[in-house]
Parts: sequence; structure tokens; C-alpha cells
Amino acid sequence: MSVTTASPGTFSHIGYVLRGNPVTLLSFVMFAILIIAAVLGPVLVPYDPLASEAANALQPPSWAHWFGTDNLGRDVFSRVVTATRLDLMISISAVTLSLMAGSVLGAVAGYWGGWLDAVLNRVMDTIMAFPLFVLAMGIVAALGNTVENIVYATAVINTPFYARLVRAEVNIRREAGFVHAAKLAGNSDIRVLAMHIFPNALPPMMVQMSLNLGWAILNAAGLSFIGLGVRPPTAEWGIMVAEGANFIVSGEWWLAVFPGLALMFAVFTFNLMGDGLRDIVDPRQRT
Amino acid sequence: MSPRLRGILFRIAQAIPVVIGVVIIGFVLTRALPGDPAVYFAGAAADAASIAEIRKTLGLDLPLPQQFLIYVGDLLRGDFGQSISTGQPVTADLANRLPASLELTLVALLLSCAIAIPLGVMAATRPGSLIDHACRVLVTAGVSLPTFFTGVVLIYLFYYLLGIAPSPLGRLDFIYIEPDRITGFYLIDSALAGDGETFLAALRQLVLPAVTLALFTLAPIARMTRAAMLGALSADFVRTARAAGLTGRTVRYTYAFRNALLPVVTTLGMVFSFTLGANVLVEKVFAWPGIGSYAVEALVVSDYAAVQGFVLAMAFLFVALNLLIDVTYTLIDPRIGFEAS
Amino acid sequence: MLSVTNLAVRFQTRRGPVDALKGVNLEVASGEILGVVGESGSGKSVTAYSIMRLLEAGGKVVDGTVRYGGVDLSDPSENQMGNIRGREISMIFQNPRAALNPIRRVGDQIGDVLRRHARATRTTAKAEAIKALEAVRIRDAAARVDAYPFELSGGMCQRVVIALALACDPKLLIMDEPTTGLDITTQKAVMDLVADLIRDRGMSAILITHDLGLASGYCDRIMVMRDGEVVERGTPLSLFTAPDHPYTRRLIDATPRLGARIRELLPVEARTPMPERRVENEPLLEVRNLVKTFPSRSGPVHAVRDVSFTIRKGQTLGLVGESGCGKSTTSSMVVRLLDPTSGQIIFRGEDLAATPASRFARDPRRARIQMVFQDATDSLNPRHTSRQTIAEPLRRLGTGASNDRIAELADLVGLPLPLLDRFPHQLSGGQKARVGIARAIALDPDLLILDEPTAALDVSIQAIVLNLLIDLQARLGISYLFVTHDLNVVRLLCDQVIVMQGGAIVEQGPAEQVMRNPATAYTRSLVAAAPQPPALGDAAQ
Repeated sequence: MSVTTASPGTFSHIGYVLRGNPVTLLSFVMFAILIIAAVLGPVLVPYDPLASEAANALQPPSWAHWFGTDNLGRDVFSRVVTATRLDLMISISAVTLSLMAGSVLGAVAGYWGGWLDAVLNRVMDTIMAFPLFVLAMGIVAALGNTVENIVYATAVINTPFYARLVRAEVNIRREAGFVHAAKLAGNSDIRVLAMHIFPNALPPMMVQMSLNLGWAILNAAGLSFIGLGVRPPTAEWGIMVAEGANFIVSGEWWLAVFPGLALMFAVFTFNLMGDGLRDIVDPRQRT
Repeated sequence: MSPRLRGILFRIAQAIPVVIGVVIIGFVLTRALPGDPAVYFAGAAADAASIAEIRKTLGLDLPLPQQFLIYVGDLLRGDFGQSISTGQPVTADLANRLPASLELTLVALLLSCAIAIPLGVMAATRPGSLIDHACRVLVTAGVSLPTFFTGVVLIYLFYYLLGIAPSPLGRLDFIYIEPDRITGFYLIDSALAGDGETFLAALRQLVLPAVTLALFTLAPIARMTRAAMLGALSADFVRTARAAGLTGRTVRYTYAFRNALLPVVTTLGMVFSFTLGANVLVEKVFAWPGIGSYAVEALVVSDYAAVQGFVLAMAFLFVALNLLIDVTYTLIDPRIGFEAS
Repeated sequence: MLSVTNLAVRFQTRRGPVDALKGVNLEVASGEILGVVGESGSGKSVTAYSIMRLLEAGGKVVDGTVRYGGVDLSDPSENQMGNIRGREISMIFQNPRAALNPIRRVGDQIGDVLRRHARATRTTAKAEAIKALEAVRIRDAAARVDAYPFELSGGMCQRVVIALALACDPKLLIMDEPTTGLDITTQKAVMDLVADLIRDRGMSAILITHDLGLASGYCDRIMVMRDGEVVERGTPLSLFTAPDHPYTRRLIDATPRLGARIRELLPVEARTPMPERRVENEPLLEVRNLVKTFPSRSGPVHAVRDVSFTIRKGQTLGLVGESGCGKSTTSSMVVRLLDPTSGQIIFRGEDLAATPASRFARDPRRARIQMVFQDATDSLNPRHTSRQTIAEPLRRLGTGASNDRIAELADLVGLPLPLLDRFPHQLSGGQKARVGIARAIALDPDLLILDEPTAALDVSIQAIVLNLLIDLQARLGISYLFVTHDLNVVRLLCDQVIVMQGGAIVEQGPAEQVMRNPATAYTRSLVAAAPQPPALGDAAQ
């Protein structure tokens, strides 16, 4: 029988958090827009994002093409909306992977300490010793230019953040009264760690997660911007900015600006969501 | 030995496994790069025998652990190998291009510190004020800016629309001649040469990419400054200082700010790492001839030695910088050496 | 000298405005020490901070006047206040280590104050700082002036804070819980020092404390506060002999003191008869030659050296000592959270030390030894409701957590049933203590380790919790190992007592005998340092 799962109050608590903070509410609405674009986008868009129409190239925004057309005559709006799914998928899967890996490593190191902790610390130091974007470049280049490899590279460079955070959170609670009490109640070390200490590290992790979702999406877009990872003609925000950048000096701004704004919108949404997510998983916010 | 000195030595000792790790990762990464350098060196007309011959001269037929030892030996002698694409030793290429990247990064960091730290301090000392709200908006918006996109937008605004920025192509417009190389930093070299015109031209080229990078680093520095300052201002010792009648200025700067500096210095290290990464993107946008664009070119053609040299240079730079930060930290905070022991 | 009339302070909080002070009047005459006593939330500290104009953001003085030496300080400019603070009125705080700037030499910190009030120049600051340190009887002041706070002990830090406060010869010293967190002998040394300095310099002082005993020992007059109001004022003697207000009466009753019995801590109407308690002759726990040595870089640290004692069935053994004496390490080993270096823990005839602590969690004997923790807040998982907390041991080690059993336990510890579905942050300190006790007795243990269970509680709550523990012991026949630094509480609760110092037992015997006729100098100094309110409260009954 689970002790910590949703009590009946969970949904009313989420409602309470959303009502209590308009910024959180706004961020959840923005997130809903992103999810809708990711799920239904390809169905909803007016044009095929890959269909080029040379006669109609480089048209500025109009009623027919809200965001204009690119140098091959493709509809920028359709491409921007379609790209949502790919970009969200990369960042969410990368963050999920690093969250899981970082949590396990950090929790183990923080709880048992000793040589395990020392080794893990050195490994994380080594990863962090590279400028993280550079490391991601290296990993994608070495493993090959695929979407999965972008996900792995992004996961690797984000893992140290979780590992360190969880380690610190676990470490300060290792000697807490409630942890001793849990042992006295007959919980083995692993149970104490998983059921008592780890859930208490969730609130700060939510904040970290929302920041990382933002970084992950920037990171993926940055990689495709320099020609690694996602390949043209796939619709992806980073590539679209890269392709559009060639036309900016001649004044065709819409090619780069709309995908760039979409990217910013997504990152901004994730960053805003952090505090709200934390409040939802923090029982101390309940009244 | 004083505890403080011991703390510093301890910190340097801690960096050793990291350096070893960096070398291993650099080796593994480059061996995993697609493409066979032997094929490349042998040329288009080579047959299997000559490729095998070249593979042997390059040492690529040896087992990996032995290759690793040779590679470490080369590194120790300062030999990073030869770049395929430029035909130059990688060390020469890096020495050529590193100053361009460093000049850009340092100017950007100075710029963002000069804005972000006072902003964070002001926001923390006047909570709820207009400047505090401005700081919070800037912090959230700032981390959402993709650097390459900011760069593109700035080019559109200042080059295409307003026409006040020079064309975004490199460190110096082609009508000027590079200043004599002393440090490799154009700003410093032209100033040393007393060449005001070149100095201004180099500065004009530098402004947009530096602002792009600075916008990217503003947010984390301002956020950490604000948080650290708020923490310090609510500390008990600040209350003691105020209860003893010390002036607001002394309390804010001698007491609160000095303590708040500690986490800010740590953040700076993190930010520097991000900046080195973001450099790659900004250099591509502005055709800046730094090591970032060097690495991008090298990656495209699987230029083994160049990529490896770049990755190692970046990592060593960063390890050295972190050491510097930790030593600075030790100098600010008297407690450090004691905790380590 | 200082007169405060009708002072009202309001805090703006997320749940609307809260009136922290509702019209407080107080006067301090020249050369007088005024004690301000109250439990948490009474507004005693807010009073001090609003006089000094050091309220946190969100707090605002909404009404009242403050006059100091004839000058109206009701609405001072920051500049005017800056000249008053440190030179005319100074303040010292609890938690002295945090009260000093961690990265500035203590001499520089004193020098800052001296220079601010033009008592020294840049060149003379250091010499003057040394003089200020000498004034608070810090030995070797010339060397200590260059120390950082982390290099000094807690008691030494408090002396530095006092030196800093007195450096510019203020006329009035406000002390906010100055000895909380310090060991009892250090507390006495610090308080004696301050009292001497105040007398020698002809200063006035306000002592803010939760400890009536401490206030009555050092103050000329005492005022008792509750909920932002002054309920009573008078000399210590008059308060203790004839308290007017029922709250003062309750507070005095609840303060542990010489000669009082445990039921007498409760308000008169709540004094039920003491239950029968049976102490059997059969030993429940025998600790033999227990040793704990921790390795460290500067050589092994002997936390516990060769400690032996026995607890009988139904008996309470007190374990007393100052911080670092090894009492917590000993209790951790007995409760099997920590493995001893050597020695035996024989519980009902079996040596528990033979099973490593890491495996003991799943041992059937785990249920027989439980613990009540020092800090109730820290000991409750913030993510668990009271029900989940109490259910945990039943589910893991018992036969399952039925709602009936949980309700029964809540009833036993006097926890109202609706509170079972609340999270710790929604409970008061006393309620959290009850949840912790309910969890500890859920499995009907034979031995309960009580690790300073009331240290974080207000005295009135402490009185209730101590009585609850006595009732439970009588009802369930549990033996207690009671770990504490508070000798007055030991006297109330314990049959036997052990006094520890430096990891070893210095004295043991029947509690009453050890307290009345200590055999060793160390125990004598501990007993002498414990603040004693006048024992006249009982005479007035």
C-alpha cells in the first residue's frame, strides 16, 4: 500500500496553487498551447511543412502565409508549428533520462557517502570540466548525427546538475530526525532513501527540471544551428533560424524571427513553470 | 603549513583526477568520430596497401591502450597533432584563434558583470521596488534567449535596419590591417600600437557579438547576486551590525556584499563554462574567427586532431579557471582551508 | 530613562495583517534590569526590535511613543537611530556565532563600531578593540582580536558580541535570549559577566527570555507577556509569591523548580492524581563497557569511553551532560542507530550489539526499543500526515495499521482525531511532540529513549508533555532512558541519573540524591549553574 501517492486533496491542491499565483496559471496555459501544438500541430497546419513552391519563395507575412514563406517557398507558420513536436520530444526525453540517472547516482552518493561519493564527484567534475555545449557537440559528432544522439548528449550534460542537487538534498537529510525515525520504524536503508528522503528532494528538483527543459531545448536547437543532429529539410526551430540567418542581412527577417520566437516562447514557458511545479509537489504549501 | 595554503594545495590536488578524466574523454571522443583519417591522408587515389601503410605510420593499427599511451606522451610533449583541413599543427591553430575567442568572452563577461551585479544588489536592497521587478523580468526573460537568435535579431536591427553596426563578418573590417601581434587581443594590440582608428574599428566589430553573449550571461549573474544579497541582508550578523549603529553603506557593502560575493564568484565559474559553449554559436553567427568556429569546421570534416585539440583546450582552460576561482574563494573566505581538512 | 507607551506593531503576512504588539507599555529606570518573559509568539522580541527600529520587512509600528532620555524616538530618521544604536542603546542576540560576520576578523568588527561612533580612528581601532575584548574578560585578547568567529567557541563568540555591544559605553543594553543554545555552565558564566558589567558601568538593561528562572535570577523587575500584551509586572519575589494573573500563575507552575513535583507543573485544575507506577527488580537493559571511537584526521576521537549502566523494567534513567559529553552518542548506540566500537548492549538477556545497526531495522527486536526525538519538527517527515507517520511502524514491524489502532494511539497521547490528517507544518509544537510520542509507543516497546523531547517546547507545553510521558509509563510499563541537559527536568522525571563528561560517567545514583548532594565537583557546578526561580510559588498555594 502506498503512503505517499495522491490523496484526494491533490487535485484541489493543484487548483489552489494555480489560483494562488497568476504567473503559474499563465505558464500552465502556455504549456497547454505547446502541448496542443505538439500533438495536433501536424494535423492543424494549413500547408505541408516540407512542400516547396519555388514561385512563392521569400514572401513576407500575409493572410495566406501568416509567417511568410522561406527561400524554397515553404510556409513558415506550418513549419514552426510542426517543429514543436520534435523540439519538445527531444527536451522532455533528455531531461527525463538525466533526471532518472542523476537521481539514482546522487541519492546513492549522498546517502552512503565514502568512496562511491568520491568517485561520482570526480566523474561529475570531469563532465562539468567541459563547456557543456562543447561536450554535447563532441558526443553528437562522435556518435553520429541523429535525433537520438542529441537526446543522449543532452541527457549526459544535464545529469551532473541532478546528481549534485539530489546528493546535496539527500546529504542534508541523512541525519534528520525523521530519517532516524523511519529506521526505527523498521525501514531498510534503501526504503528509507526511496520512500522518505528522496520525495523530500522533489520540490527543488522541480525548479531544476523546468530550467533544464529550457536548456535542453536551447541546446538541441543550438546543435542543429551549427549543423549537428537534426538535418534539413526537417522542420526544427534551430535549423530554421540557421537557414533564416542567411537572409537576415538582406532584410527577410521572418525566416529567422518566427522560429526564434517559438523557441523563446517554449523556454520561457518552462522557466515560468518551475515555481508552480515546486509548489504542487511541496506539501508545505498546503493549508 | 598554514591551513589556507593547505586548502589551496588540496584543491589543486583535486583537479588532477579531473584532468586525467578530461584526457580520457578527449581520446575516446575523437576515436569514436566517424571517418578514417588514414583514408583521408592517403588521398583519393590510394589503394588498400597504401592506406594500411599510412595507418601504420599514424599508429592507428596498434591496440587502443597503446594508442592512448602514445597520445598521452604526445600531449605531454605539447604535440596535439596536425589538422587535416588547415595542414598546420593544432597548437599553432589554437594559439592563432584562441585570443579571438578569449577577447570576445572576456569583454562579454565584463560587460554583463558590470550590469548584472549592481542590478542584483539594487534589486535586493530595495525589494518590491521597480528595479526589483525589472530585475526579475530580465532574469526570466534573459535565460529564455537563444544566443544565436539574439545575435541574428541584433544584426537585423543594427546592421540592416539602422545601419549603425558594421557587417557581421569577423574581427576587423577588411579595409583595416591587423595590428601587430603582441597579445593577439586586437583591442590591446591596437591600443599598444597607438592606433586609435584600428582600435575603434575592432571595438565596433566586437560590440554586437559581445552584447549577444552578455545578454545570455546577464540573467544567471543577476539572479545569483540578488539571491545571495537577499540572503546576506537577512543574516543575523547584518542585524548585529545595524544594532551597533553602523551606517547603511557599511552594512550593505562591508558586511552583506562581501558575504554575498562568495556564491556569486562560484556562479561566475558556471557562467564562464556556458559562455565558452555559447561562443561556438555566436562565432558562427558573426563569422568570428575564434576556436569555436574552428571546431565547427573541424567537426564537419571529421578533423580528428583539431577537434581533440579544441575539446582539450576548452577543458583545460575551464579547469584552470575553476582553480583560479577556488583560490579566489579561499582568499575571500577564511573558513575554506579549515573545512577541507 | 526609557519609556514606551501604547506600542502597537502590525505585520503584513500572506494571510493578512497580524497584530504582534497590542499597546505595550514599559519603563526602564536608570540602573535597572527589566526582565521580559513570555512564551513563543508573545511579542517579547518584537518589543525589543521595535524599540531599536530593527523590525523585519513587513513589520510596522502603527501606534505608540518611545522616549529615551527625554528624546522622542517615536518616528526617528534612520540617521538619528544610527547615532542611538550602539552608542546609547545596544543589543545582543541569541545564536552568537551567527550574529558575527563570518568572514571578518572580530577585532575589525568591533573596530567598525568604534569608528562609527568616533571612539577610535583607523590607527587606534585595533588597540581599542583589544581593550573592549579585555573588558569582557577574554584572555589573551591581543591574539583573539585577529581571530575569525569560526575559530572561537560559542561562549567566546557571545563574549565578542557583548564586547561589540558595549564598546561605545551605551546606557541601555537589550539582551534577546542571550544564552539560548549555550551550555548551562557557559550560560551562567555569560550572564554573570553581563550582570557585573551592567552594575560596574551603571547601565540599564532589558533581558528578554523564555526562562522565568533566569529572569528572576538577574532582573530587578519582570514583566510577563502573552499574545502581544503585558499581562503582569512586578518584582521577581512578588510575582512568584502572589501572581495576580492566571497566566502568570500557569507559567510559574509550569517552570520546573526545586521541590516541585511533576503534577504541580500543570495548572491546578488539571492535576489528576499520579498513577501507580511499578518498577521491577529485573533488569531490562544492561550496557557493559560501551566504547565509541570515531576516526578523524587529527587522530581518534573518543566520544564514549567505557560506559556501563542498567535500566530496570518500568524505571526511568536520566542521562545528563553538556554538549559533546557523549550522551547522544550513547543513546544512539542503545537505540541501535550506531554501532559501538566495543562493549555489550544486553537487552532482555540478548546482546544487541552483536547485530549491526544496518541490519537491525529488519530485526524482530527492533519494535522493542523505540525513541522520541529532540526536535519534533525535524523528526516528522514533512510529506507525511500524522496518520501516515503513526502508521509507519505499525505497517513495517507490526500487524498492520488499522484505523482503530491509530485512533487509540492518538487518544493515548491526547491528539485530537481531526489532526491525524494534517501535515507537520499544520500542527503546533506540542501537537507535533504528541505525534512523535504516538509513533514511538505504537509498537508497545519495552524501552523508550527520550532524547531531549521537550527542549524545543514552551514551558507550559513541556509541563503537559512530561506529564503525558509519566502517565504513559505507568499505563504501559515502559522503561525510559531520558537524555537531557536540564537538571530540573531530570529531578522531576527520573529514578536514577547518570552524569557524563568527556565521554565518561562521572557520577551516577538515585536522581534525588545526586541532585541534592552531588559527589563530584563537576556535578556540583552543573547543579549550581541551573537557574532556580524562588521556591516560594508553592508556599503561596
